Amino acid sequence: MALQSDHNMGERMANLAGAPVRLLFTVLEPPLAALQRGLGIKRMPWIFLVPNLVFFGLFVIVPLFINFFYSLTGGTQLYPDDRPFVGTEQYGFLLDCQTYADPQTCREDRFWKAIYNTSIFIVFQVSFMVLFSLITALTLNREIRARGFFRAVFFFPVLLSPVVVALIWKWILLRDGILNAFLVSIGLDKVLFFVSPEWSMFWAVFVSIWAHMGFYTLILLAGLQAIPPDLYEAAEMDGTSKERVFWRITLPLLWPNMLVVIVLALIKGVQVFDEVFVLTGGGPGTATQFIVQYIYNTGFTNQVQNFGLASAASVALGVALFILTMAQLAVTRRKDDV
Amino acid sequence: MSDATAMPTRTVRGLLNGRRGRNGRIHWTDVFTYLYLAFGIFLMFGPVIWLTMSSFKTSSALLEFPPTFLPLGQIEVQVEGYDKPLPLFEATLEDGTVKQLAQVRRIGIISQMIDPANPSEKYKVPINQRAEVREFRMAWDNYRDPLERFDFTRYLYNSVVVTVVATLVTLLINSMAAYGLAIYEFRGRGAIMMFVIGTLMIPITIILVPVYLVVTSMGMINSLWAVILPGAATPTGVFLLRQYMLTIPKDLIEAARMDRASEWAIYWKVVLPLAMPAIAVLAIFSIMWRWNDFLWPLIVLNRSEVYTLQVGLNAFQGELDVQWHYILAMTVVTLIPVTLVFAFLQKFITTGIASSGMK
Repeated sequence: MALQSDHNMGERMANLAGAPVRLLFTVLEPPLAALQRGLGIKRMPWIFLVPNLVFFGLFVIVPLFINFFYSLTGGTQLYPDDRPFVGTEQYGFLLDCQTYADPQTCREDRFWKAIYNTSIFIVFQVSFMVLFSLITALTLNREIRARGFFRAVFFFPVLLSPVVVALIWKWILLRDGILNAFLVSIGLDKVLFFVSPEWSMFWAVFVSIWAHMGFYTLILLAGLQAIPPDLYEAAEMDGTSKERVFWRITLPLLWPNMLVVIVLALIKGVQVFDEVFVLTGGGPGTATQFIVQYIYNTGFTNQVQNFGLASAASVALGVALFILTMAQLAVTRRKDDV
Repeated sequence: MSDATAMPTRTVRGLLNGRRGRNGRIHWTDVFTYLYLAFGIFLMFGPVIWLTMSSFKTSSALLEFPPTFLPLGQIEVQVEGYDKPLPLFEATLEDGTVKQLAQVRRIGIISQMIDPANPSEKYKVPINQRAEVREFRMAWDNYRDPLERFDFTRYLYNSVVVTVVATLVTLLINSMAAYGLAIYEFRGRGAIMMFVIGTLMIPITIILVPVYLVVTSMGMINSLWAVILPGAATPTGVFLLRQYMLTIPKDLIEAARMDRASEWAIYWKVVLPLAMPAIAVLAIFSIMWRWNDFLWPLIVLNRSEVYTLQVGLNAFQGELDVQWHYILAMTVVTLIPVTLVFAFLQKFITTGIASSGMK
């Protein structure tokens, strides 16, 4: 395992954390030893599990059920006791459309605009992300000098916070920013990127690919390096053409990793919010407003905090994510079988 | 290249694995590869370098179009008979000669100038006939002002507290849970594992409202605990640590039990030290998650004194009169810790992702 080689590093970090941690563990020892005497060793695993399970329960499982309950209630109160039960009214409101293809005809057009925007975003973001990650991984897998360095170069933006990423690009794309200076210098006109819906969507997609590509490149690179070299050698003996090797050996063997990348990118794409929110604020108008921003606006920033509607939209998002995650599980299972 | 001749099989593997050229010759695909990589460096680092350069420019220099690459400041000269230093210009005089002159005052479109070497002689120059004389200068005020006048030290402090406390809590409870799931065989273990993996499927984005309710009813709104606690138990963390602890030989634990060590002592004296590499990976991830966290803090932190850096930056850039010279500087401050982590632990993180597939 790769982790083992970094054992020294782990040891150094442990020494760094050092004394206060050791003190905490020592102080906790007598009560836990007493607990062990009282309960018996058979029940000890539960003692170790309890803190984590309490957190999971309190902040994930219970909320999941409350979420569903919220989506069936109305009013503007936060506490469930004060909220009147309205049945499926919220869902009815969300789904009330004359034609689903056109958000304008829906009663809650912002919700449908958000779904529409998110779909467009996902289609472009995921396909170009996979394409560029694949090209980059293939490039990095060649026998190049300083591979570690170049791998790190493409990975660097992954670590940046979404706010930082957005501000970096906002600064480049401003009216008097450096990109417009470049356009002017080659004889073109300035473009007001954040005034045009198309450009805003383009940059939303571009910036999000820029920020996350390194992560997916890493997964694909790991997959490429796991392909046994003998296969290439055998193909060489048979005199197989290089293009054929790519389509018949590399791509099929990389396919499980590709699927993982596609599904992971889809799961992240459906939840897009941070970078684009800071970059465009959802604008111009609602041109780059996505589902998570719709939930955020409906539940937390609008004048009337409509928790019920926000919850109903969350449930819809949850269903989409559930389907995608099931797809992911199916994909990873197949990967293990190979 | 000695290995180039040693391996005849390189030609086909060369398409994807290596250089195509044989015997040290360079094939066009090699050129293309390095061009692509060079473009990669430009695209990935360029924007960050541009941000850093810009952050050292004065607010007036930032308004300039087209922008200069380096931060420049106008040179000022001390001239005899004037209390304040005067800005230096390169002026084109009526007879066509170009001279470096200091501006005394400006009246409308005419600027009154003098020669610093010979202060008694005065010139009148139209303002479009003069250009600033500038030198490389970093505007450190961009960094000093927000830290002194605004709440940025406060945000910085909040971010550090959230990151450190949350990471410690995460490591403690996740390693305990992982220990329970890795070392013991007990009824319900499979169910708990399924439960842990199941929570992976429930990101905070789909339970924003109810978690907000839980946090509110616990009285934690506008306190840092509201940011720290909800994400403390991470399924990825439990899973990663458990898989690692499974590799620890059971004999070690049995031997410790023979020596009458309590289970708690085995946990922190035997298993935790051995699991340190995995814990270090989780620690690095947790630090990055927490430092970069945005949506949830944005929802639960509504008062400026509890803002984290990310929320503070966002509030700052959303103001009507955007003060870019401060924003850029603070953005640089925000990315410093992450860049340090990157510089020193990059290899560690990339192997961590490659072996666990998590981000």
